[in-house]
Amino acid sequence: MTSMYIYYFGLLLFIAGAIIPLIYPQKMKRFAYIFPTVGACAFAAFGMYLLFDHPLDISAVSITPLLGFVFRGDAISGFFILLISILTFSVSVYSMGYTKNMANKGVMGVLFNTFILSMYAVILSGNVITFLISWETMSIISYLLVTFDREEESASAGLLYAIMTHVGTAFILTAFLLLYKYTGHMDFAGIKEATNDIPAGIKTIVFVFAVIGFGTKAGIVPLHTWLPRAHPAAPSNISSLMSGVMIKTGIYGILRIVVDILGVGPEWWGIAIIVIGAMSAVLGILYALTENDMKRFLAYSSIENIGIILLGIGASMVLASNGLHTLSAIAMTAGLYHTLNHTLFKGLLFLGAGSVVHATHSKNMEEMGGLIKLMPYTAFFFLIGSVSICALPLFNGFVSEWLTFQALLFDFKSASAVAKLIAPMSGAALAFTGAMAIACFVKVFGISFLGMPRSQHAENAKETSTSMLAGMGFLSLFCLLTGIFPGHTIKLFSSSVFLLTGADYSSSGMGILSMREISSSISPLSLFIVMISLFIAAVFLVRIFGGKRKITYGNSWDSGIPSLTSRMQYTATAFTNPIRVTFKKIYLSKRHTKVSYALKPYFAKAIEYRDDITPFFEKYIYQPVTDFIHSLAGKVKHLQSGDLHLYLGYILATLILLLIFWS
Amino acid sequence: MENIQFIIIIFFSPLIQGIIKKLKANFQGRVGSSIFQPYYDLMRLFKKEMVVSHVTSWIFRVAPYIVFVSTTMAAIMVPVITTKSTYSITGDIIVLIYVFAIGKFFMALAALDAGTAFGGEGSSREMMVSILVEPMIMLCIFTTAIAAGSTNLAVIAEQHNTILTPSHMLAFFAFMIAIVADTGRIPVDNPDTHLELTMIHEGMLLEYSGRYLALMEWAHYMKQMLLFTIVVDMFFPLGIAYNGGMSEIAVSFAAYGIKMIFLACVMSIVESTRAKLRVFELPSLLGGSFALAVLSLLTLIMIGR
Repeated sequence: MTSMYIYYFGLLLFIAGAIIPLIYPQKMKRFAYIFPTVGACAFAAFGMYLLFDHPLDISAVSITPLLGFVFRGDAISGFFILLISILTFSVSVYSMGYTKNMANKGVMGVLFNTFILSMYAVILSGNVITFLISWETMSIISYLLVTFDREEESASAGLLYAIMTHVGTAFILTAFLLLYKYTGHMDFAGIKEATNDIPAGIKTIVFVFAVIGFGTKAGIVPLHTWLPRAHPAAPSNISSLMSGVMIKTGIYGILRIVVDILGVGPEWWGIAIIVIGAMSAVLGILYALTENDMKRFLAYSSIENIGIILLGIGASMVLASNGLHTLSAIAMTAGLYHTLNHTLFKGLLFLGAGSVVHATHSKNMEEMGGLIKLMPYTAFFFLIGSVSICALPLFNGFVSEWLTFQALLFDFKSASAVAKLIAPMSGAALAFTGAMAIACFVKVFGISFLGMPRSQHAENAKETSTSMLAGMGFLSLFCLLTGIFPGHTIKLFSSSVFLLTGADYSSSGMGILSMREISSSISPLSLFIVMISLFIAAVFLVRIFGGKRKITYGNSWDSGIPSLTSRMQYTATAFTNPIRVTFKKIYLSKRHTKVSYALKPYFAKAIEYRDDITPFFEKYIYQPVTDFIHSLAGKVKHLQSGDLHLYLGYILATLILLLIFWS
Repeated sequence: MENIQFIIIIFFSPLIQGIIKKLKANFQGRVGSSIFQPYYDLMRLFKKEMVVSHVTSWIFRVAPYIVFVSTTMAAIMVPVITTKSTYSITGDIIVLIYVFAIGKFFMALAALDAGTAFGGEGSSREMMVSILVEPMIMLCIFTTAIAAGSTNLAVIAEQHNTILTPSHMLAFFAFMIAIVADTGRIPVDNPDTHLELTMIHEGMLLEYSGRYLALMEWAHYMKQMLLFTIVVDMFFPLGIAYNGGMSEIAVSFAAYGIKMIFLACVMSIVESTRAKLRVFELPSLLGGSFALAVLSLLTLIMIGR
């Protein structure tokens, strides 16, 4: 019963947070973020309750036998509720400072609170109707947030997003209708009980439609095109929520419909998910690398991480269809762990990018540089986020990637040769992604935070407000804690894993992650302790044996020219050049160089260099489809001449046709 | 004894570097410097004054320690002369690759810190090479790990039978090319020059001097010896001790020394007989060895060995 009170308390706070700024936009602006901060704590407690206790029927309102609202929570929802709550807490704290000078503060407050509520509603939906209405609400509110700054770019990004998300919803709707037709149930629990009645062919169609529908929201390749445009267009606190948790509702949908409701399917389902995951990971990070817009870069990197999450989930499905339930549980743990991690570090990185954009008034990395000295705390938190996302040990990304590697290796135990080949190859893809991620984040951090300031704005950048730093600091702390205490973290959501796979993976000890199946284990906690002690030892030993440190400060090596300017630094474009050249078959890059001479061919006055990459999916898949629809619309429009007589004629013709064909 | 075997890596790694240099000099018809020269260099650098660019931030000053410490951490996790170790709890080979990545990440960042084109160039090329090498290393590891049924390096070393199976053979060749690339040797990188057209690793270290440079160089020597040790553990573990007994360890130590010197010879022969490749020809070399790694995996699937 307590949990219900907590739930209603949290709900009230979010509703209050949504209403108050509407009534008093100027006076009470802070409350729009103070309320959700407390509300997030309440929902976090509620999520924990769901994770550690029984499933809970929250409320059911029935309007007609078919149409009714059912909210229900179990361990799977509990995990996602917890994710949303953790990020909401930090983002709310961050927003207090971030929205200070924003136009339309009141509207922002309303949308912020309702957006979070709609995500909670999606996760807690207990039947098809509730789910679809919440899903649609979430999509519409996020559309409003994408177009919030009313610029042309945001508007077109918003339009693309609205179209894509509705195409996705159409697939989801079809999948639900098929489930209803063959089971006769509208609520998820009923559908799950009756899954045996569904013929195998229909199950496959539901699987494909669910993956396409939810995959659109999650941003899998090739349905990702909206993501790198919509996420950066929104204000940064919203980008953080969108990349951190909103795309996870797609993962939730796949888990709920495919793994939970449809249950164990044929092996190729899992293999398909692995392949989609590997493709999203590789292409997402390849496109991320060439991106010089900081927020768009992070959005592409989200696609990569969704791919890594799907690798774990796919591996788990393959193992489940081979009857290896314990291993399947470990693989699912890998997927969920990475879901948690991505929420933490991508949320953090988007908040960091938001601070940087706020301070430098530019999203372009080429106009930043040297920020580590002007914004030391932001830089530090951004570095923690980068280290985590690059899966470097001691931070959380490493634990989940290690688990994913192991999960893919387990797939070698499956019966078919296809799985035996696909799984290790996907492992190699994951290794490639890891190395690419390091290159990407070296570029982002190195170009924007290190070196000399590349523009006037970067020179005048100032550290952001305390509340913004606090929001980032909180997430950074979580990145470290989930990195060195994997045992605890896994225990937190082992009930969700159990619900999804029917097996348990609870690891021994707090800082240790061991697998008896492969006699291997890692202990991030002891890694942490050993590395810290080694670090201290190294510093002391160098002091003792090397004597006192003697430093002369000078200029960087300038090869003898009078002085280096910030324009002579390596740029972000130059940094990625070798990789762009190496993968030019994928990028389809075109290089344009234009030289204007003072005296040909010796004295060049100006050299203009541009390197364009061709977005393959946009150009060869989306553009033809758009063109086709445009031409079709052009043909259809002749029907609508605006002539009243013609319209009356249409009505008459329809009537006659109906009369003829009625019986 | 088994818990301090990483000391071997720390103290003998400059010697391996000295041996390779000496052999290379002999190949070129020179007498060359003493095999202990790297030790003298390190000692000299530790005592020297440092010149640091005022553009740099704390990243530049912390990076040498992070690189050194992460490499030492990797050394602690590797079975050098005995597979018995209380640290084996962390002796996972995938972890090892990621611990190396810590050093790579911070070295590449530090190279961008001074704001010079040389650093950026080195950093950018290092990233390209590592992107091409990493999947290949992981595939080789998968092949051996699947065959041994574990990703723990000690278990892999113990499980391995003395004769190289076909899949191991292919993985071994791919792994050797990966090592050449990862340690910055010809034909991928030239460790002896500071010429901007050829340098990758040296470019990243250009701004370093004094004890920071010493730490970076030492870490580089250690990484080289560590990679050799991983090869030995994965493909030729014959002679490695399974416990902490004194006689076994003595035999193992001798075997280990011979294997290290052999690998040093292989490296110096490769370096002396090959020419440095252009940077943009590297993808075809590394892509070829990636194909080898895939073949080794396929062989394992098809014939099970």
